[in-house]
Amino acid sequence: MIRINNLKKAFGPHQVLKGMDLNIPAGQATGVVGPNGAGKTTLIKTLLGLVKSDSGDIIINNIQLNGNYDYRRQIGYMPQQARYPEQMIVSELLSFIEDLRGDEAVFKEQLIKEFNLEPELHKQLRILSGGNKQKVGATLAMMFNPSILFFDEPTAGLDPRSSFIFKERIQKEKVAGKTMLITSHIMSELEQLVDHVIFILEGEIKYYGRIDDLLKENRQERLEGAIAKMMEEPA
Amino acid sequence: MRVYWQILRNEFQTLFRAKWVLGYGLIFLLLTDTLFRFSGGGTEVWVSVSNIMLLLIPIISLIYGILYIYQSRDYLELLLTQPVNRSTLFWGLYTGISAPLTVAFIIGSALPIGWHGGLASGSASQLFFVLALGSLLTFIFVGLGFVMGLYFYDDKIKGFGFSIVIWLFMAVIYDGLIMVIIFMFGDYSLETSVIFITMLNPMDIARILILMEFDISALMGYSGAVFNRFFGSNLGILVSGGMLVLWLAVPSWVGLRIFNRKDF
Repeated sequence: MIRINNLKKAFGPHQVLKGMDLNIPAGQATGVVGPNGAGKTTLIKTLLGLVKSDSGDIIINNIQLNGNYDYRRQIGYMPQQARYPEQMIVSELLSFIEDLRGDEAVFKEQLIKEFNLEPELHKQLRILSGGNKQKVGATLAMMFNPSILFFDEPTAGLDPRSSFIFKERIQKEKVAGKTMLITSHIMSELEQLVDHVIFILEGEIKYYGRIDDLLKENRQERLEGAIAKMMEEPA
Repeated sequence: MRVYWQILRNEFQTLFRAKWVLGYGLIFLLLTDTLFRFSGGGTEVWVSVSNIMLLLIPIISLIYGILYIYQSRDYLELLLTQPVNRSTLFWGLYTGISAPLTVAFIIGSALPIGWHGGLASGSASQLFFVLALGSLLTFIFVGLGFVMGLYFYDDKIKGFGFSIVIWLFMAVIYDGLIMVIIFMFGDYSLETSVIFITMLNPMDIARILILMEFDISALMGYSGAVFNRFFGSNLGILVSGGMLVLWLAVPSWVGLRIFNRKDF
């Protein structure tokens, strides 16, 4: 579970998160949507401790964040842009992170197979295509079987086949009861993957609830229409 | 501790694979080798090595420290999303970069001794002194590079610019300023103040320690004698050693502080 109370963050004069409150129960798959620069990535990075909040509380799986780090053992994160040390070989990177954490990567072989990464394992990351780097990122995020998963625009660089495989995998993780946060600009994709949605606009949560309810409220058939309508509404 | 060693090991692997660290070692290897051939392996070799070292190590370490921060942003982010303490990560990276540079310098400088028939008698302590000083300078300037890289995280031009200015200031301008002061206030007895000012520049401290170690302060006339009296005394060695340690501790501490509070 993830609980956020009055979370604020400013970068210089720019207030990115303006007092967010959020309660995501364990096992819920949630989409995070909003225009560019709304604060989606900042929110996820704050939950990870990459960005330090100015004020407010974050509680993840009953652990209050205060500069501690061990809670990250329970989180898998796939960043927006997958870029890794260029000279490193894929298999080395995977085992380096394994050694670093000292955890067993239970799904490593399975994910490598699913994403068809075997032919890439002995290549340097420098020569990997963008899509294959994304797959390495997805493998890193999920191989330790964490209870919480963050995906920041996961399918942005993937070809249709990989994107399909990735979504299949997400469905599996969902069935397995993982708590998930997925940011995306592709609404149809979110409809497939999540039941709940958070709509962020200028650092504030404008909507948080079930997708079904959002569609009903806005009398729309599709998520895209409902979100577009909310974006148009004056703040 | 395990996490620290993992990071350190990975840095060593990455750096030596990048080969240019080998090139860096090779520079010192060629230098020492050439000096051995020309001057026969006495004190002159180590004086000359230390002269080059005083200029080369600070700039290379500084630039590499800052370059590393700029080049590894994604790698840093990856590591920071793992269950890893920020301080552990910082020390792992800092020593993981300083140590391979130090190793390359030490091996490069010392290896030619092997095929030039060993050390001349009495130069073992000189060799040790030069290598220790070079290692210390490596750590000091990698630390400064880290500080600059972390402070100007999003403004590379500024970061590089200020780093080069820092080096230029310490290596060249600082001494020029001291000269100006001596010239302007030549009528007064300045030795004590000059010693004090010198203490604020790690490259100057290193330079003077080398002058003392090789006993060439006599070349500097009266000032040399004053320097010798101070730096040659136990107090002087203690103070200048202490200042170098301070130069090591302060930048790495500042770097750690920035790193711990930074938004990535």
